[in-house]
Amino acid sequence: MPIDASLVGREFPPTPPLLVTEAEVATFAAATGSGSQRIPATFPIVVTFRALLEFLESEQVELARIVHGEQKFAYERPVVIGDELTAQLSVTGLRQIDGTDILRTSSTITDAAGELVCTAGATIVHRADA
Amino acid sequence: MSSLEAGAALEPQEFVVRRSDLVAYAEASGDHNPIHQDEAVALAVGLPGVIAHGMYTLALAAHAVAVWTDDAEVVELGSKFTAPVVVPADGGATVVISGVVKRVADGTATLALEVTCEGEKVLGAPKAVVRVG
Repeated sequence: MPIDASLVGREFPPTPPLLVTEAEVATFAAATGSGSQRIPATFPIVVTFRALLEFLESEQVELARIVHGEQKFAYERPVVIGDELTAQLSVTGLRQIDGTDILRTSSTITDAAGELVCTAGATIVHRADA
Repeated sequence: MSSLEAGAALEPQEFVVRRSDLVAYAEASGDHNPIHQDEAVALAVGLPGVIAHGMYTLALAAHAVAVWTDDAEVVELGSKFTAPVVVPADGGATVVISGVVKRVADGTATLALEVTCEGEKVLGAPKAVVRVG
């Protein structure tokens, strides 16, 4: 089932806050081979992905038919332990080619004070049913 | 740490990606898409086999950037996922990350990366901007 083109321009509800704990960061760092003191740069994908999952669920899109086409992060500041991060996803574009949907999204990741921490732009490719 | 002068080549770094790494990454990131773990599902949706999360490969690139820059603050990071990293059940797939310092200006360094698996580019225009000085 193709993704509804009228979604373009729509902003979805923000995710519940994700508390950034040392344990969660350590698990992420270990899984990505990071040995650095800093929180890994791609860590904000955790809350960004939650926003994507909520979006896919609300639109009844099957996760297994999704592949990631592009991801960009622009950081206002590094994430720190104790941050409470919320992601809010907007659909910024949709192209349909041969039954494949190419969806562009932009998610703003904010802290407990509502200040911007980073912006995550993603292209999601939704492969049609075989 | 590599020299962050414009034009400097960044020492290639190699990573072996195994299916167990993808299971650990799924747990850590919350991305439990079965195409990253289940061969039958991956084949059923037209993929060549179990593939690494694009974000796993980008995380390896971020790790390589941290090594090259002595853990500099990252202000921008991104890439296209142009070809899948197919991870066999036995052994693993080897990802090689190299790069060049494209530009150093206004307190930042822009790194243009090249990320390959079995000799094929898997990321499109991967780029990182870090704070320097």
